[in-house]
Amino acid sequence: MKKNTLPIIIILAVLLGAGGFFISNQNNVEDTASEQKKIGFIYIGPPGDHGWTYMHDQGRQTMEAELGDSITTTYIENVPENADAVRAIRKLAESGHDLIFTTSFNYMDQTLEVAKDFPDIKFEHATGFKRADNVATYNSRFYEGRTIIGHIAGKMTKTNTIGYIASFPIPEVIRGINSFYLAASKVNPDIKIKVIWAYTWYDPAKEADAANTLINQGADIIVQHTDTFAPCQAAEKAGVLAFGQASNQEQFCPNAHMTAIEDVWGPYYAERAKALVDGSWASQDTWAGMKEGHVVMSDYNTKILPADLIAEAKAMEAGIIDGTLHSFAGPIYNQEGELVVPEGSVADDGMLAGMMFYVQGIEDQVPQ
Amino acid sequence: MIFGIVNIILIGTTPLVFAAIGELVVEKSGVLNLGLEGMMLVGAVSAFVTLVVTDSYLAALIVSLISGLVMSGLFAFLVLYLMANQVATGLALTIFGIGISSMIGKNYVGTPIDGLSPYFLIITSFLVVIFIGYFFKKTKLGLIVKAVGESHNSAHSLGFNVIKIRFISILFGGAMSALAGFYFSICYAPMWQEGMIAGRGWIALALVVFATWKPERILLGAYIFGGVAIMQMNLQAFGVKFPGQFFNMMPYLVTILVLVIISGNKLRIKLSAPACLTIPFNKNQ
Amino acid sequence: MIKLVPRGSSSQSMFILAPIFAIFLTLLTGSIIFFLMGYNPSNALKIFFISPISNAYGLSELLVKATPLALIAMGLSFCFKNNIYNIGAEGQLTMGAIFGGGVGIYFYDVSSILILPGMIIAGALGGALWAMIPAFLKTKFNTNEILTSLMLAYIALLILDYLVVGPWRDPDGFNFPKTRPFGESGRMPILFQGLRIHFGLIITLILIAFSWFIYSKTIFGFQLKVSGFSPKAARFAGFNKNFLIFSAFAISGAFAGLAGVGEVSGPIGLIYRDISPNYGFTAIIVCFLGRLHPLGIIFASLVIALTYLGAEDAQLFLQIPAAVGFVFQGLVLFFLLGSDLLVNFKLRLKN
Repeated sequence: MKKNTLPIIIILAVLLGAGGFFISNQNNVEDTASEQKKIGFIYIGPPGDHGWTYMHDQGRQTMEAELGDSITTTYIENVPENADAVRAIRKLAESGHDLIFTTSFNYMDQTLEVAKDFPDIKFEHATGFKRADNVATYNSRFYEGRTIIGHIAGKMTKTNTIGYIASFPIPEVIRGINSFYLAASKVNPDIKIKVIWAYTWYDPAKEADAANTLINQGADIIVQHTDTFAPCQAAEKAGVLAFGQASNQEQFCPNAHMTAIEDVWGPYYAERAKALVDGSWASQDTWAGMKEGHVVMSDYNTKILPADLIAEAKAMEAGIIDGTLHSFAGPIYNQEGELVVPEGSVADDGMLAGMMFYVQGIEDQVPQ
Repeated sequence: MIFGIVNIILIGTTPLVFAAIGELVVEKSGVLNLGLEGMMLVGAVSAFVTLVVTDSYLAALIVSLISGLVMSGLFAFLVLYLMANQVATGLALTIFGIGISSMIGKNYVGTPIDGLSPYFLIITSFLVVIFIGYFFKKTKLGLIVKAVGESHNSAHSLGFNVIKIRFISILFGGAMSALAGFYFSICYAPMWQEGMIAGRGWIALALVVFATWKPERILLGAYIFGGVAIMQMNLQAFGVKFPGQFFNMMPYLVTILVLVIISGNKLRIKLSAPACLTIPFNKNQ
Repeated sequence: MIKLVPRGSSSQSMFILAPIFAIFLTLLTGSIIFFLMGYNPSNALKIFFISPISNAYGLSELLVKATPLALIAMGLSFCFKNNIYNIGAEGQLTMGAIFGGGVGIYFYDVSSILILPGMIIAGALGGALWAMIPAFLKTKFNTNEILTSLMLAYIALLILDYLVVGPWRDPDGFNFPKTRPFGESGRMPILFQGLRIHFGLIITLILIAFSWFIYSKTIFGFQLKVSGFSPKAARFAGFNKNFLIFSAFAISGAFAGLAGVGEVSGPIGLIYRDISPNYGFTAIIVCFLGRLHPLGIIFASLVIALTYLGAEDAQLFLQIPAAVGFVFQGLVLFFLLGSDLLVNFKLRLKN
């Protein structure tokens, strides 16, 4: 035993010494205390997903272009929604960033935890609802886009069956399903939605399988609330129609893609960056939609959609923008038959934010 | 609609068939390679990147197969010549494969490609399984491989080059895993994403056991394993309320059951698992 | 040509030098890979290995990551020393998190000093029970434990999935797949204000010392070592093989379970689907890298934990995908396994 422990002890001592040496020569990435502000992003997936993260990254680039030299940006991608996210967010905080955007719901607690330790740094959490003095929240009214595609789907379907690939039964997804159904059933009362819950934002093979399963069960239009372009590719291969998700995915499914709901974050990011630079940044909650240009419909596919339907869709967009059309205008009943939004009024933000029920007419149950 | 379900199952399980039939040959020769997941990922990414760069499916196939040979060759070198522990080396191969595939594919995430029709490879998978079945039942070489796996010392005394036979078997396994990866990123979900194989390599390993090392049963097992996941989605879309996770557990539970059944009976296990599985062959002993 | 000549006995110095040698070769290969991909190797290595631990928070994070690795690896050494391959530590960790975390969830609104110990015991129990399944199958049915423990790992993850998405879902959590947070009494105490390193570290160190004690000072430890070296000798000496198998699995399962409950009650504070970045599998590497020896395991767990942290920094500062950490882990294991040969064999040039 004695013969062996000596070498071990020597090695450990050397390593400890080396460690101490390196620690004392702090080699952090230099924080240039210059006028230039640093803005960081935490992404849940890769910009290459051509979906959710891709659009955030586009927004980041728009912001960079608009603000030029007054800012630089960095991002960390593929940050898991677990305890490791704390470290990632913290790294941005410790490396001289002044404003940090965390772009997924499940970064909520982690963002707040880090924000507590760095009161001088500003944080913004996407799609969340907890704020602090240095934590703002922001979201987009994607459901407004669902109204448009619901209307289109209602008119374009021949089998009256819509395949909906959903991620998690959270308010945002349920809101999307409801919004879609309300618009679709208005023009097509016989329409049915089949939902598959993938329990993931991001799994191309699973999403493709789900799409194929739905197509196999008679769906001729595929709608998704997951992050990749796999479902629309599957739709293309099977010869059915689809809508793109979060970004224009027409390049992946040119014959199936009717339009897409695009998340446009650029204007918001640019606005917040400007506020940071001129010192007016404050914690707030932003929930903007088509009116502010945060939700945009992709070009309507003229090869597939008839001209009059495109005109209707554009008119609906205009209506949402000027306030004459609302995605959740009464009367709206829930599945128990109760009137939750009376005629003449619209669902308020509170109900929308916490929406955990399906509207009447959807045959499925919200998973419990 | 049944035809549609069968179609989806066929498409989804073919990578399992390739990886499993490859591993079956490796294990028959007495070696356990836990590195399937890593090899499949490397096969997938090299196929994808090659296709994007050269626009040639053939080039993608060749590069992918070569990558499988390289990865499995590394494994073979370590466990056959350096007599490294097979379990640890296989794990290292998987972990390394996950890492290196991500790095190689980084700039190609989200690049669109024209997928290849899966049906070529689905038929190929049938042919490979049939061929391997024939190989082990009727050919002399097949018998030798089995002998090496059952008792490498006896095979050595009979003059067979144990190391060389195992080496070639391992390479074959690597090529098959790479082919599974090729299929995945070019035919099944034509794209590249980090970690897209998502654990199917481990399922392929279970599949070999489930099939009790008999090639024909690989197909059956693959459809059961793959079919379970698809059926779960179908049931969901039909509105059946049943926790999907229990459905997905079935293949693993059944595999354990199969293992218990075949191991419990001393005679049965003689007829099934290669006796020398994971035991390194040392000429000098 | 170069021939391998067996040494008379294992070379002790090679035994210790091989891991060092492996690390060095890994750094070298890593530099080459970085260079080939267009990064400045010395800069990349610095970002990877030095910048993550260059401040107190970084060191604390290193320990946060190394603690479960060391704990699980220590438990696994009981199995591997005995040539038992427990590949399912990830499943045992998960069951530990479920059992221990379950206690935490049940008592989420109770404030009592008994809760945390209760969770810890439950976690160890959960992991041990789960590990006894492959042990039972091996002793009773002679079933290969590599595959059974691996299958059980996947089953455990699916059970976790089911619980977190279904019955254990936080009623105030808007249907997100996570449980309600544990109460204050259910959290591992933090050791230093502002850092995340928690009491789990103390538990781990105690258990490592305890393991060392078992190996070197108890008959049980002796039996384990002997039956690992030579099953025949063990049989002749009358050691009860089945008892050893059960104990080895139970201990490694308990340790893994403790690591699991440590993770959920420590840095996380509740249960969700993604509680472990493959700690159970990585711990196998740590175990081998550390030569199945307590001090070696401590060292190895720090090295491997550093590869995790380094991968994150590499992603942030160099835009290299975080999976590069896996590349380093794989490489270090390859080189170690390769150079392992030199412990028992000598290289000799022969004509």
